Amino acid sequence: MTFFIEAMAWLVDPANYVGPNAIGVRVLEHLGFTLLTLFFASVVAVPIGFLIGHTGRGRGLAVGSSGALRAIPTLGLLTLVALSVGIGLTAPYVALTVLAIPPILAGAYTGFEAIDRKTIDAARAVGMSEGQIVRKVELPLGLPLLIGGLRSATLQIVATATLAAYVADFGLGRYLFAGLKTRDYAEMLGGSIVVILLALALEGIFTVLQKLVVPRGVAAGRPTDIRVGSPRPAR
Amino acid sequence: MTWIWSNLDLIWDRTLDHVLVSVPPIILSFLIAVPLGWVAHRFRLGRGLVLTSVGLLYAVPSLPLFVVLPFIVGTSGRSPLNLIIALTLYGVALMVRVVADGLASVDRDVRQSATAVGFSEGTQFWRVELPLAGPVLLAGLRVVAVSTVSLTTVGAVIGAQSLGSLFTDGFQRGIQAEIIAGIVATVTLALLFDGALVLLGRLLMPWTRATQATGRATRTAVEATA
Repeated sequence: MTFFIEAMAWLVDPANYVGPNAIGVRVLEHLGFTLLTLFFASVVAVPIGFLIGHTGRGRGLAVGSSGALRAIPTLGLLTLVALSVGIGLTAPYVALTVLAIPPILAGAYTGFEAIDRKTIDAARAVGMSEGQIVRKVELPLGLPLLIGGLRSATLQIVATATLAAYVADFGLGRYLFAGLKTRDYAEMLGGSIVVILLALALEGIFTVLQKLVVPRGVAAGRPTDIRVGSPRPAR
Repeated sequence: MTWIWSNLDLIWDRTLDHVLVSVPPIILSFLIAVPLGWVAHRFRLGRGLVLTSVGLLYAVPSLPLFVVLPFIVGTSGRSPLNLIIALTLYGVALMVRVVADGLASVDRDVRQSATAVGFSEGTQFWRVELPLAGPVLLAGLRVVAVSTVSLTTVGAVIGAQSLGSLFTDGFQRGIQAEIIAGIVATVTLALLFDGALVLLGRLLMPWTRATQATGRATRTAVEATA
């Protein structure tokens, strides 16, 4: 328990809130890195996911590659890239973008797939073009699942960005590795607590966001959880 | 390549370390998740409580958890036990949802038929609900297995030995072949575990082969959210 008290003391120590190693600075670094990586990964994954979801083609490929990517250890990818491009932020950006693509891709295409085919046929029947169907029907209806994908991607990035400090002087992971090296357990534990709090805060934001983006007409009847393959009996 | 041939012993040792750390969490998380998932499925109050807490648990980043856990349970950061506990927690966090959803996916008519022919609640769970939820559980367990094998490597940065040690060592000494060997070994191990689970599923649930299409659909659904 004494370690936790020391960690709390570290967390409230004013000395840890000034200079380049201030907790606020590290949190912003961590957050900025997370958002930028999320953006890079989305630029790649969302259009491809929409294409797969809309046309129904290439699904097997997407599922297979997602599975394979999941098996690749992040630390391995990170150190491998860092070894070839050198110490710094490039390696974490590359490694984490690769890591964040599968969940976003899955969110994008399962969002489209979960839509009742009749709805899309109806949209086509009233004369909507393919572009209109994507923008006005599939996109809004698939949005909750896409946000779900972004949510798991964000969680992974925040968590793994901690590892990025292993190859760059950067983010909240710095406290962990610095504390580990100097056996400063208060710093190590305090830093870990900040990362955990940050992750939980983001999780909370996404939970709210996911509820907000459900179109009004849909919110009443449809399960928002895509794991419910067959309709869940009303209880 | 020469590095790999002259260090086969090292790679083999680290692989054994890796297996030793990653197998117990996969089994334990399944055993723990089944009763918890059942509670989440059976009781409305339990559902909110259990699913929210496992959701939060899953949101906790791995490296900080590896660091914090020794101070809570009193293990050493380098000990395999620390990693096993942390990885079990993640496995449970993932599996509980899957178990709850799997049990919920059992057709209502089937459940009522079982009650009608006189199954007690306990028998109904073991003989009807659990087997019918089997394919969903298997899909979830496969995700747990693959991500556990991959997560185990993270422990290397705090000194717990696994195939991840090849990454840290290779990075510090600038040996690219060592890192690549580690990645290949980790992915291979993950695929082996995955294959073993598929085989186990075929042995235990011979009826699923006829309905493979639905199995694949559930697997995708589980993967999409994991």
